[in-house]
Amino acid sequence: MVTPALTQKVAARSLAPGTRRILTIGSLLLLALIVAYMEQPSFSSYYRRIVNVAFIYVVAAVSYNLINGIAGQFSLGPNGFMAIGGFTTTLLMLPVARKAQVFFLEPLIWPFNSFSVPEVLHGFFARLIPHAALAAFLASNLGFLISLVGAGLVAALGGLIVGAPSLRLRGDYLAIATFGFGEIIFVLANNLIPVTNGALGIRDIPEYANLWWTAGAAVMTVWVIQNLVNSSYGRALKAIREDEVAAEAMGVHVFTHKLLAFVVHAFFAGVAGGLLAALLTTISPSLFTFFMTFQLLIIIVLGGLGSTTGAAVTAVVYAILQEVLRVVEAPMSIGPLYIPGVPGMRMVVFSGLLIVLMLFYRRGLFGRAELTWEGLQAVALGLGRRFGASPRERGR
Amino acid sequence: MNVDVLVQQLLNGISLGGLYSLLAVGYTMVYGILRLINFAHGDIFMVGAYVAFFLVGIYHLPWWIAAPGAALATALLGVTIDRAAYRPLRNEPRISVLITAVGVSFLIENLGLVIVGGRPKGMPVPDLMGRAYSLGSFRVAGVSLWVPALTLLLVGGLLVLVYRTRMGMAMRALSRDIEATRLMGVDVDRVISYTFAVGSILAAAGGIMWSFKFPQVNPLMGIYPGWKAFTAAVVGGIGNIVGAMIGGFIIGIVEIMTVGLMPQLSGYRDAFVFAILIFFLLVRPSGLLGEPLKEKV
Repeated sequence: MVTPALTQKVAARSLAPGTRRILTIGSLLLLALIVAYMEQPSFSSYYRRIVNVAFIYVVAAVSYNLINGIAGQFSLGPNGFMAIGGFTTTLLMLPVARKAQVFFLEPLIWPFNSFSVPEVLHGFFARLIPHAALAAFLASNLGFLISLVGAGLVAALGGLIVGAPSLRLRGDYLAIATFGFGEIIFVLANNLIPVTNGALGIRDIPEYANLWWTAGAAVMTVWVIQNLVNSSYGRALKAIREDEVAAEAMGVHVFTHKLLAFVVHAFFAGVAGGLLAALLTTISPSLFTFFMTFQLLIIIVLGGLGSTTGAAVTAVVYAILQEVLRVVEAPMSIGPLYIPGVPGMRMVVFSGLLIVLMLFYRRGLFGRAELTWEGLQAVALGLGRRFGASPRERGR
Repeated sequence: MNVDVLVQQLLNGISLGGLYSLLAVGYTMVYGILRLINFAHGDIFMVGAYVAFFLVGIYHLPWWIAAPGAALATALLGVTIDRAAYRPLRNEPRISVLITAVGVSFLIENLGLVIVGGRPKGMPVPDLMGRAYSLGSFRVAGVSLWVPALTLLLVGGLLVLVYRTRMGMAMRALSRDIEATRLMGVDVDRVISYTFAVGSILAAAGGIMWSFKFPQVNPLMGIYPGWKAFTAAVVGGIGNIVGAMIGGFIIGIVEIMTVGLMPQLSGYRDAFVFAILIFFLLVRPSGLLGEPLKEKV
């Protein structure tokens, strides 16, 4: 078993920081190559969609793990923040003409009805850059970046408003309060027709999100969260998770730290919501029901509450599993036996999985350990030993 | 708005409140003992309504068999959930049990969707509940009269059980200190099973009457009533049976009255209840009766 202590011991012995950096950069380059390959038009758009969704789950799950797994505060509200982010991105990105078409029930509120970020930027770049295609490319991508960050900031503001009162509560009361806020946001999204177009939602959002965006956001999220976790803030959050009173006695300002984790979580949940809207090109309140939170909960429990890389890996696994398990919903015949397809069976499987995990395998796949180069090396060395490589060949 | 409509709305609110009360009592009893929000309680309520629907609507059994049958089924379900999903985690951090409870709730809802389908089905309503009574100048639906009466009867019976029987005494002891009670020779797990059974029976009663008031059943019908009943339990002071009942009536009346007085806000009716919940959690987490009545179950 690879315990954190063992991992550190191996690290001290075997991997220089330079080697680690090279490995990290190398794997990022590999990821870029894979993304470039999958972004080719000839690549199956079905698989591309799955991978996109997987990366968005990574963003949402890793940030959800920060508040639930690292800080130990059981929040049930990420669906609300994802909704805020999704609608913010949509309102910032949607062309003005399209907005006028979509909001036919009631006109969109000012100021969103009068501008769209890519169009404003396009007007700016068109004058600055003579090359038309380049100007359009810059305007749409920079506009998307600004909109995503904006979505994150609005969601973070929402996180501040929700978190400041409810993080004073502990344990299960926090869970209910955050659930309540999530539901309130859902009800608001359904009823604030001048902002969200109500239950109809908004269709034909330009498809800005692609694998570069989703993979980039996933890498950024893991990087930011992992740096936060390994900082003094992260250690304080873990102390709060283990024993709030003891942490306070040690001089940790419990409330501020919890709020920080909650706001960071809300920010990335908002980004994930924005990416999802720009990937699916359609958004409606029903996308962000409690079901979304439930999926994220399964992911972080399966990955091991408190493990960032665990959450990232299982987010990808979950996105794939979700598609693979379509088999159980399809009709099948095993010899003479015919089983009709049962829609909704996947959710039964996932809920059962969550219960079984909690009962028999609470550590999840990773426990609280992280996937590190040292850990991988330890595994590789162990395998090498098992398959009889001589010590010299095993190398360093 | 004239007085007739106001009284009508009030009666409507009281009968809705009675249904919330029946559910809230189950939340409050389990929370009082285990400090666990039984997320699946609203789904037990749904199962109760469904069993009654099948017994009456499909097998054409009389109500005096169907209602106890539904109560028996939910009692078994409640006890099974506790044994299978909650008991193995008794000594684990509460967050583990809470996650499991969310999983159980989703499992029941989705199993329901798979087994009976998502399409709502019409509930046969007995004549007693379905017909309207004339009281002076206005007419009242049968459910609006019967629900509060049955609620008071059932909660009264529960109070007798809790305060006048040995099992009730064991429940009250558990809510104070589980370990000390175990040391006194009480079979803790049996008492907890009993608590789940009693709470589930009341949920079945609530579920059946809910499907008289809104005469249909569907697998997701328990979600919102469950949350509102939980809110009622918090408002009344969680762990306190009388508080849960009063909280249920308050939530029911507030919900109907806000919609009745401000119809333009009817889309927000679910948000109101959650706002009340959050308000109480922040301002008075011990609820209305949380402090004066120290006795908790």
